Amino acid sequence: MAIVHEILNYFKVEINREQCKKCKRCVNHCSYGVLSFNGEKIVSDDQKCVACQRCAVMCPGNAIRIVQNESFLPPHGNYTRKIRNIIWAQSGDGGVLLAATGNDRPIRSIFDDLLLDACQVTNPSIDPLREKIETKIFFGRRPEKLTFVSDQDDLEGVSLKTKLMPNFEMDMPIMVGHMSLGSISYNACHAIYKAAKELNIVAGTGEGGLHPDFFEYAPNIITEVASGRFGVDLNYLHNAAALEIKIGQGAKPGHGGHLPGEKVSSLISQTRMIPKGSDALSPYPHHDIYSIEDLAQLIAALKEATRYKVPVGVKIAAVHNSAPIAVGIVRGGADFLTLDGFRGGTGAAPRIIRNHAGIPIELAIAAVDERLRQEGLRDQVTLIAGGSIRYSADLIKAIALGADIGMCAMPVLIAMGCRVCQQCFRGLCSWGIATQQKYLVKRLDVDIAKNRIKNLFHSWNEELKEVLGAMGIDSVESLRSNRDRLRYIGPNPHIAEILGVKHAGE
Amino acid sequence: MLVNKNMIVEKTKQKIYEIGMDDMIEIDAAPNGNPIDYRNLNTQIHGAINENFTNIILNNVCGQRFIGAGLQGNIEITINGIPGNDLGIFMDGPIIKVNGNCEDQSGNTMNHGKMIIDGDGGDVIGLSSRGGKIYVKGDVGYRVGIHMKEYEDQFPTLIIGGTAKDFLGESMAGGKIIVLGLKILQDGTIIENPQPICGSELGTGIHRGAIFLRTDENIEDRLGVGAKIFELSEEDQKEIENDIKDFCETFNIPITTIDEKPFKVIKPISKRPFESNYCGYLV
Repeated sequence: MAIVHEILNYFKVEINREQCKKCKRCVNHCSYGVLSFNGEKIVSDDQKCVACQRCAVMCPGNAIRIVQNESFLPPHGNYTRKIRNIIWAQSGDGGVLLAATGNDRPIRSIFDDLLLDACQVTNPSIDPLREKIETKIFFGRRPEKLTFVSDQDDLEGVSLKTKLMPNFEMDMPIMVGHMSLGSISYNACHAIYKAAKELNIVAGTGEGGLHPDFFEYAPNIITEVASGRFGVDLNYLHNAAALEIKIGQGAKPGHGGHLPGEKVSSLISQTRMIPKGSDALSPYPHHDIYSIEDLAQLIAALKEATRYKVPVGVKIAAVHNSAPIAVGIVRGGADFLTLDGFRGGTGAAPRIIRNHAGIPIELAIAAVDERLRQEGLRDQVTLIAGGSIRYSADLIKAIALGADIGMCAMPVLIAMGCRVCQQCFRGLCSWGIATQQKYLVKRLDVDIAKNRIKNLFHSWNEELKEVLGAMGIDSVESLRSNRDRLRYIGPNPHIAEILGVKHAGE
Repeated sequence: MLVNKNMIVEKTKQKIYEIGMDDMIEIDAAPNGNPIDYRNLNTQIHGAINENFTNIILNNVCGQRFIGAGLQGNIEITINGIPGNDLGIFMDGPIIKVNGNCEDQSGNTMNHGKMIIDGDGGDVIGLSSRGGKIYVKGDVGYRVGIHMKEYEDQFPTLIIGGTAKDFLGESMAGGKIIVLGLKILQDGTIIENPQPICGSELGTGIHRGAIFLRTDENIEDRLGVGAKIFELSEEDQKEIENDIKDFCETFNIPITTIDEKPFKVIKPISKRPFESNYCGYLV
């Protein structure tokens, strides 16, 4: 008899039989097929459980608990359970392992090793509750300098000679990262765009097009032009606050995209403008971009097609040589630059790339900011940084390291109800977020989700003001690249050197 | 020196009025032999369209990029000279005629419209186009027709009179590419093109659409991943008949020339070429 090398399940569904009313609500809510009713009681197939917690939350009798499987593998410090599982999965299937969300390896966060400065005696702190602290920022390219012409006879007759580039205003230095309709549901997209509009921030569409229903949110939306050019037509180009050429994504630098045909429903088909049921393959590179000159050409083409009315930028994954690439991009005419760090999320990516490619965003921000300043370009562009900005502390530190805007997506999903079970690529999300199945999508209430996103960012913004006040800074623009207000306490002083941050105590 | 676009439009309009064709305008892309910047040229084109000219003739075009970028509507642009890269990018409706060769990425992400190139084409022609027709009289370069796609009533058609190089129809997601393998000489005589009909990695990653090659060469060893050669069925024949007729009429090719060689058609093995490549265990 052949031995089946099954992967040991991580979780177990514990049902308190006394509290269970056998109402089968949990069975209906479990989208992974774990729970069923055998005529007598609720039974669970623990092998399938992903610990998404839906059943536990929905149980009216509070009878369900998801616990860790106690069954124990012989311990080994090097061949961890995860590594053994990967080997068993691949030796059984022979495929490239998929993964969702951001890098799950326990790599030390550099943000956590940074401490913020605060005022004592020599410069007074500001009370953000009573005094105005500005968190408004402007998005787009800024001129190198302003020149004016004056009329010699008329003292009042001074006018601006410099031609200004398209810019728009945001109320917080926060952006919702790019998640396409396809990776997340219609309701999730709707909640995000609504929240972005009400907060006057921006949200990204990802590379999967923009559904015509969402055109009304265009002033708060950044649309992406990626290698697949899905959904890119003139309507799409004209319905955006800014356009972004997506070169790379933090979770999968150098990798294309692959939306399997079964997920291409009529809704996705409409949005991406591809036939229903057909695979949506994004080529790995843009085949019209093999160099910085080619990139400059596409930037110019997009500006030409939109008649120079919106900022056009470029998103790259943070990789080893980000700094010189960033300089090329800015010189190539990009009005903004988005950096996505190696912890950045995804709906589906090969595990090998998600977990092992790219560099931390902290280092990329510092390196790019520094190099742009050396080249005299920093003040001309808006620098957006993402790739695991988990909470306001990360946002504040990212700005102090040199970003104009912090981009995040995972916290938005968690705010809407995501439990981080990391199964997005299966399209079975029981919370109605990362799925296209109608009965699951309707579980997500758009207005409740929108309000939760609004609350989250409102609190981040208030915390940002608290920190700015404590630092004695009255505008977030004065925190940007202000690395003197950071100190390093981590184990590796070389990191502090690269960040251009002093060690604590220095 | 900056050229006042209104001045030119006005001036030319007066001139055209005299001969009674008020929808036509000529724009000189290289006044006094000095080619103007693409931005200037496109501004002049936009100016002409705003003045309701629908027949725009561009003379002495010399590598200016993005001509016709994002244009919509019932407009005809005739280009005398050689337009630069990204001709008709994001275009949605107009007709562009080029009396000369065109460079790379002509018809990039085109949605609708027609492009007639009376010459050779560069690389990556028709990249990601979703609709419209592109006719190239001569040969084309590498990665032509990459990631062409179709959607509902939109269906891109790319016809090449000559031959193509490597990676023809890569990642193709819809539409059709027809390569005729002819050579039209300066004096109008038509001969069989001595070059191979296409290069290697033909249709690699194709998952929808079809490539029709007029050839008797053995192209089996040039096929890319996921592509397969089929004999031309009656249905296929019908599908390309009208396109070929239109192409032949456009470039004065006797339709009988086409019948001298058979067609081979390249189609995807599967709509899901990489289906079994991934697995999604909970590890």
